[in-house]
Amino acid sequence: MATLGEDLRAPAAGRRFGFVLDRPEWLGPLMIAPAVLYIVAIVGLPFLLALYYSVSDISMGRRTLGFVGLRNFISVVPTPKFQTSLQNTFVFAIVSQVLVIILANILALALLKDFRGKWLVRLLILLPWVAPISLGTIGWLWILDSIYSVINWTLEAVGLITADGWPMYLGKPYLAMGSVITVHVWRLLPLATVIILAGLTSIPKDIHDAAQVDGASFWRHQFQITVPLIRPILLVALLFGLVFAFTDMVVIFVLTRGGPYDTTQVLASLAFFTGIQGGDLAEGAAIAIFLFPLLLAVAIVFLRIARRAEVT
Amino acid sequence: MSIVETRSVRKHFGDVHAVDGVDLATKEGEFLVLLGPSGCGKTTLLRMIAGLEDPTGGEILIGGQVVNNLPPRARKIAMVFQSYALYPHMRVFDNIAFPLRAQGMPRAEIPHKVEWAAGLFGIEKLLHRKPRELSGGERQRVALARAVVREPAVFLLDEPLSNLDAKLRTSARDELQQFQRRIGTTTIYVTHDQVEAMGLGDRIAVMQGGKVRQIGTPQEVYDEPADTFVAGFLGSPPMNLVEIPDCLLGFRPEHFLPKEAHESRDGLLALPFHITRIEYLGADRLLYGALEGKFPGTKVISKLASTVSTLVQPGKTQDFAVREKDLRFFDRQTGLRTRARPV
Repeated sequence: MATLGEDLRAPAAGRRFGFVLDRPEWLGPLMIAPAVLYIVAIVGLPFLLALYYSVSDISMGRRTLGFVGLRNFISVVPTPKFQTSLQNTFVFAIVSQVLVIILANILALALLKDFRGKWLVRLLILLPWVAPISLGTIGWLWILDSIYSVINWTLEAVGLITADGWPMYLGKPYLAMGSVITVHVWRLLPLATVIILAGLTSIPKDIHDAAQVDGASFWRHQFQITVPLIRPILLVALLFGLVFAFTDMVVIFVLTRGGPYDTTQVLASLAFFTGIQGGDLAEGAAIAIFLFPLLLAVAIVFLRIARRAEVT
Repeated sequence: MSIVETRSVRKHFGDVHAVDGVDLATKEGEFLVLLGPSGCGKTTLLRMIAGLEDPTGGEILIGGQVVNNLPPRARKIAMVFQSYALYPHMRVFDNIAFPLRAQGMPRAEIPHKVEWAAGLFGIEKLLHRKPRELSGGERQRVALARAVVREPAVFLLDEPLSNLDAKLRTSARDELQQFQRRIGTTTIYVTHDQVEAMGLGDRIAVMQGGKVRQIGTPQEVYDEPADTFVAGFLGSPPMNLVEIPDCLLGFRPEHFLPKEAHESRDGLLALPFHITRIEYLGADRLLYGALEGKFPGTKVISKLASTVSTLVQPGKTQDFAVREKDLRFFDRQTGLRTRARPV
């Protein structure tokens, strides 16, 4: 027995590091450290910096940095530009998310069934997500162009519009908002579809069979069985989508730059134009973090509902 | 009229013939058990009767009407699933009310009906709970109540007891049978458990390889098995099969007894038995060993009830015997039952 004990001890000295990896209290922090470092460096620090900028008088090319309290907010919030952008942000985010959730549900349901060429359809649906956003959006820029639009060209070819009646998708206020929402929906649809598909496949087949035997019609089946059962995951998809829509500006920046006449300007793009292109870093920061408390509240509420709704 | 009939029903999944030409007909109000090993096609057959699978061929009739093209909800059936398949987000009340709401019953009548169904299974106190707050036995009752509530013409049960622990299963079996007798609804019950099948069924259809091997009362399928599969599947331990010159000879372990344990010395087939091992099971003893004499080396099992007091010892060869009327004969090629013959 004595020799056995020594045998066990002997390699321990030589492989101390190996044993560290065997201990959960070390291994856990070690594994998660890269992610924490990454988030602190790329998200945390800039966020804190933006928070500080928003209550300072910093601008590009100035070396001093003074604390001014809420002055930036007080001066920018009442401006018509800000008010329009705020309104647009909500229209853009809410309309696009309603569309995304409805379409993603339909797509996910369709993809749940087996049919020939399913892999191809899945690939096509995922494509907008894997393509770089700005690249895809530039494609849309051409599709929606006032002179080269393939949509208008097709509509004219089938006789639905005349040559002098071409809609200016990006040049008219409502059409422009419709266009940016459409492209944003196109872009977020794959993610939402995949999330919802994951939720749908997690429902046991017996539940669907039982609903069928119990006599549920298609709509009853969808709205009383399927949707409630995927509600937690649906809320997560919605939360992701809302945060994306409230904070992202790639689509708007590429397609309209907030135009025409700020009718598609959202807070994210306004912050960029004011802070980076206009050089007023302090006001840009104030615009950028204006919605942060709201988004935080939305995230907390959603995650709470999602957790409470967890069934089985 | 709630007779279920299948006419050469087939279901093929690619090259796999899950159900391969099944002809069955229940009687009115009968408790019919589909019994077989896993993969024998019994659940697929049940799901086709329910309308959850489309048959590859053949016809399914409920109450004399061909229902092949009817969706499940139009077939007047109710089904209980092995997992119970309760709707996890609904309270017990809403689970039971679901089929009623789906068929458009007036709102005011629903609570009354739900309470009636809950009362049948003694779960009135659970109506406000969620399924996850129930025990296995309670979930099973909720599933049964949900099936009963709209008074279907046919009950389809897919191994509803297999998720219960052994003790609960016995009492649940008893309750299930009493309940079925009381409401008298034609019931088709799928199980792989022969004890359940023997205990519950008015008749048992023994299935294997997508085919029905035999259909009959529990006594018929046990005492007069139609082929070697049925003989081997029913009974624990299974029927002993011994190769004799032109066929297979079968006899049940409990009929293979020491010579002196038989009441009469007449009409016995003597088979010397070399015992190698004895398992003591309380009520029974299982004797493992091999025959000697005419058919040396054939492995057989004897099951002695504790009332048999003959001394048996491992390592010894003793005089065992089977009554000739307990012998069964099977064709060696087809495995089918053949006429009795002198051994």
